[in-house]
Order: sequence, then C-alpha cells, then structure tokens
Amino acid sequence: MTVIEARALSKAFTVSVKKGRFRRERRQTAAVDGVDLRIDRGETVGYIGPNGAGKSTTLKMMTGVLMPSGGEVTVCGLVPVKQRIRLALRIGVVFGQRSQLWWDLPLRESFALLRHIYRVPTADHAARLLRCRAMLELDEFLDTPVRQLSLGQRMRGELTAALLHGPEVLFLDEPTIGLDVVSKQAVRAFLTELGAAGDTTVMLTTHDLADIERLCRRLVIIDHGRVVHDGTLEALHARYNSRRRVVVDLDEPPPAPLTLTGATLDATELDGRRLTFGLTTGTAADVVVQVARSAAVRDISVLEPDIEDVIAKLYKNT
Amino acid sequence: MGELRARLGGHLHLLRAQARSQMSYRVSFAIDLVSNVGATALDVLTVFVLYGVSSVIGGFRLGESLVMVGIAQCGFTLADLAVGNIERIRLYVRTGLMDAVLIRPLGPLGQLLAMDLPLRKLSRVLLAIVVLVVALAHAGIDWTPARVLLAIAAPIGGAVFFGAIFVGTASVAFWWIESGELGNAFTYGGRDFTSYPVTVFDGWFRSLFAYGLGFAFVAYQPTLALLGRPDPLGLPAWAGWAAPLVCLPVAFAAALIWRTGIRHYRSTGS
Ligand SMILES: Nc1ncnc2c1ncn2[C@@H]1O[C@H](COP(=O)(O)OP(=O)(O)OP(=O)(O)O)[C@@H](O)[C@H]1O
Ligand SMILES: [Mg+2]
Repeated sequence: MTVIEARALSKAFTVSVKKGRFRRERRQTAAVDGVDLRIDRGETVGYIGPNGAGKSTTLKMMTGVLMPSGGEVTVCGLVPVKQRIRLALRIGVVFGQRSQLWWDLPLRESFALLRHIYRVPTADHAARLLRCRAMLELDEFLDTPVRQLSLGQRMRGELTAALLHGPEVLFLDEPTIGLDVVSKQAVRAFLTELGAAGDTTVMLTTHDLADIERLCRRLVIIDHGRVVHDGTLEALHARYNSRRRVVVDLDEPPPAPLTLTGATLDATELDGRRLTFGLTTGTAADVVVQVARSAAVRDISVLEPDIEDVIAKLYKNT
Repeated sequence: MGELRARLGGHLHLLRAQARSQMSYRVSFAIDLVSNVGATALDVLTVFVLYGVSSVIGGFRLGESLVMVGIAQCGFTLADLAVGNIERIRLYVRTGLMDAVLIRPLGPLGQLLAMDLPLRKLSRVLLAIVVLVVALAHAGIDWTPARVLLAIAAPIGGAVFFGAIFVGTASVAFWWIESGELGNAFTYGGRDFTSYPVTVFDGWFRSLFAYGLGFAFVAYQPTLALLGRPDPLGLPAWAGWAAPLVCLPVAFAAALIWRTGIRHYRSTGS
C-alpha cells in the first residue's frame, strides 16, 4: 500500500537579492524541482543529499507546513496543507534543528499535554511512553524543564513526543544531529525496532551515513531538488563500481611489482609494505594466496565498499 | 460536534500548561497588571482633558462622548485580551517557529493564542466596563429593552470587530515579514478613531476609516441610537441599530486573509 506519493513535487522560493543601493531583484530558486516518489507502508527510507538539496523543504511539504508550488503530494491519502489537521493526527514529525516541545514544561508534562492534543486513549499513551522510557532512557530527565535538557536528551524527548500518538508515518529531519555515540546508538536501535515491527513508515534525512547503513534499505538521494538515485545501497555501489577491498601488510616490499588476476592494485603505502587491492572478479582468499606466493604476509583485512566514498562520488557527479 | 469539542479541549489543555509555566514569573505579572490599567486610564483621561478645552466637540458633549469611549475601550480591551497575542505571529513567521505549530492537529490561530494566557490584560477590561457603565448611567439615555440590548451588543460587536482587525493585520506578516508595527496603525489607531465622534474627522481620512474600514459602526453609530440622536452625517437611524452586525463581514474577511496567509507561509531554510 502506498503511503507517501509525490508527483512532480516542486517548491520555488522567491528571494529578493540586493542589487546596488536601492535596486532589488526578485529571483526564483527551485528548492525542490519535480520530485517523484512512492513510499509503501512499513518502508524506512533514507532521504539524503548535500546541504541545500531540498530535503527539509520536501519534508515540510509532506507534513503540511509548506504549500507546494507545483506538482502533487499525498500522505496517507490526504493532501497535506488542505487536510492538515487530519493528517497531523496520523503522522509524527521531528525537525532535529528545532524543538517541538514546550520550553518551560518538564518532559513529563509535555507528554501529558500531547495526549490531550492528539486525543490518545490513556492506556495506549501509557504503553507507548513506557516503551520509549525504557529504550531511550528518559527517566533521568523526565522532570526537567525542556529548556534545561542537553541536545541529546531533548532529541530523545522529541522522538518520544512524535511517537506517543502511534503515527502511521514518521518524518525525521536529522534526528541524530549533534548526538554523542551512545545517544545515536539508542536512537538507531529504537528506529530499527520500529522498522522491524513493520507498520510504521519512516522517512529520514541525515548527514550521518552510518544512520543510513544501519536503518534504511532504501535510499533516495536528491541534489538541487531532483532525485538522482532511488534504490538500495547495493544498487548505488553497483552503479559506481564500488568494490570490496583487501589490505595486505607484508614484512618486506615484494621483489617485483605484483599483478593479480581478479583484483587490481589500488594503493601502495608504507614503502610498499602495505598494498590495497580492489576485488573485481576474485575473492579475498584469491588475493591472499596470490600475494603469499611472492612475499611474506603479516596481516590482512577486508573492507566493505565505503558508503561515504560512493555518496561523495554521486554528489560530485551531479 | 464531538470533533469540535475535542479540539477545544486540546486548546484548553494548552492554555492550562501555559498558565503553569507563567507561574514562575509572578512579579512581572503584577507589574504588567498595573501598567495595563495605566494605559487605558490614560486614554480616558485624554478625553476629559479635551473637553476641558471645549465643552462641545464635533457636536457632542462629554457625557455623550464617554459612551463612545466606553464602547470603544470595551471592544478593544476584550479583543486584545482574546486575540491580542496574535501579534507574535511576526516572530513565529520570521524564525520559522510556525513549523512546530503547523504539525499539531489543532488550528494554528488557537494555538498561537494559547501560547500565552494574558490574564494581566483582564484589569484593562474591567476598567473599560466600569467606564462604559458609568457613562451609560450619566448620558441621560431614555432606556427601552431594545436600547439595553444594543448597549450589550455594541461592545461585543466591537470586540469581534477589533479582534478581526488584529488577526487581519497580523496576517500581513505571512507576505511581508518585516511588516513591523504596521498592524498597530489599524488596531490602536482604530481604537483612538472610534473613541471620538466621527464628525471630528473629515475628508478621505474619515471616509476610509469610518465607512471604508467600518470603524464608525463600532461606537459612533450605536451611541447615536442609544442617545436617540439623528446622525449629523445623514445615515438613517437603523444604521445605529444594525451597527454591531458590521463585525460579521469584517470577521469573515479577516478569516479569509488568515487562511490565505497560512498557505503563503514559507518557513525558514534549515
Ligand atoms: N524559507 C526559505 N526561503 C527561501 N529559500 C529557502 C527557504 N527554505 C529553503 N530555502 C532554499 O531552498 C533550498 C533547499 O533548502 P532545504 O532546507 O530544503 O535544504 P536541505 O536539503 O534540507 O539542506 P541541509 O542538508 O543543509 O539541511 C536551499 O537553497 C535554501 O536556500
Ligand atoms: Mg535540512
């Protein structure tokens, strides 16, 4: 079942630029430029792209904050701006850069308030809160006013706030921004579990590619407001020919330059004592066997294709 | 109906939460309470000073003028109490805080108003009511049931009217972020305009404010009907009796501007 559908979705902003002392020129910037997207129920989609690509703008159009300037979008079968209130009851939103909690209220009271605003049955609310408290470890700061929370504590609160009404779709705009390793892991584990349950659709933007590796089977990449990739991470690696690599440390540099079958020599370091091979048709074992014939191998490691490399390639190419 | 009640309930809970967070600022609350009375008292005093210079202004005596002042102040302070907070929309639009308002399943207007519980403004409303009651008692009105009704309807209509002006002018922020104090020209300016007989003004200024924007129907026309005086400017007597209804089209127009404005909200880059 399709939960999110966008057809030629666009948003142009008019900005006036100062030209000289009094003249101002009005210019249109296409923040989102014809995005087509279908997301099914239960999918966790990573929506990524370089700064200014139009990720936040897309999410704002899907949540009913911004009116699209072209194309169409439906979420849960509703038109976001037109049916804003009905949609709001069915989605959860976290904008990492901006708090949605009440500044002067303790988290506990914010959560209670949300129960009334979203008209959640008491038992459901209590059950969901209990789960979030356990998984996101909220108990320590549940009675602290939001303004006194650290970024990571607040973010865990925001995530809880977005989930207490049991939304069908979760929009997360940089939910791990500024979090330490432990907080990040807590958030990721939580989202993994949510994804595994299979009934919540998650659309997530992030600049931390480890989030993507951990959480998203599907990756939608946009640049300059246009979709430049829509598929799995593996498909992206295939497209850019990313390969697994084998790093071999030797006691002494090999007496003669090595040429292997099934792999290419990509880098030579430490005066020839560390060689990095990219696998084409061979396996890691093939490489080690071939190298061992001409030099003494001290250590080996196998590297999976690097997500940062491939994404960087993609950003540069577009 | 159940839907509406549920939403109202949501707003009430928001209000209560705000009240709780305001408790931490008790001293400033007391100061606000006093300074708010001061502003309204000053407005009323100004009228007395003017009549100290001349016993008839625009064809009206002090006692008659005070009825207009009372209706205008009641309408304005009530509107300010209920929707005066809407002026914070400028901040919300400029900083993008409106995003957080728009993702909640409640109307944005109600949420913005519930952000703050302006109890400090209650003192002004009370003072305005006192002024109106005293003025009505001393204006020599020939009381009939219809006049009693009009004396109650006029300040309420005025409140709706000013409330609409508050919302309508604040909505300008959606298009023009640096609209600054422009809205005040219509809200505070309108209040001052309504406090005096329309006959005091003339030319295009009178046409625009009195009839174009409808400020004459807030206090001036109802006062004529209460006093049983013909309109020196020639409007028929029923205009005074129907005046409180003028707030309806104005409120409708304001709601339309507000809704259109929400669709023009552009958030901020982030
Ligand atoms: N309110 C606005 N007014 C004018 N231009 C805007 C506004 N919001 C966004 N933009 C422009 O639209 C483009 C896309 O912005 P957006 O915030 O969607 O990017 P993003 O992909 O979320 O970037 P980031 O990774 O930096 O958060 C940018 O060029 C930005 O300058
Ligand atoms: Mg962004």
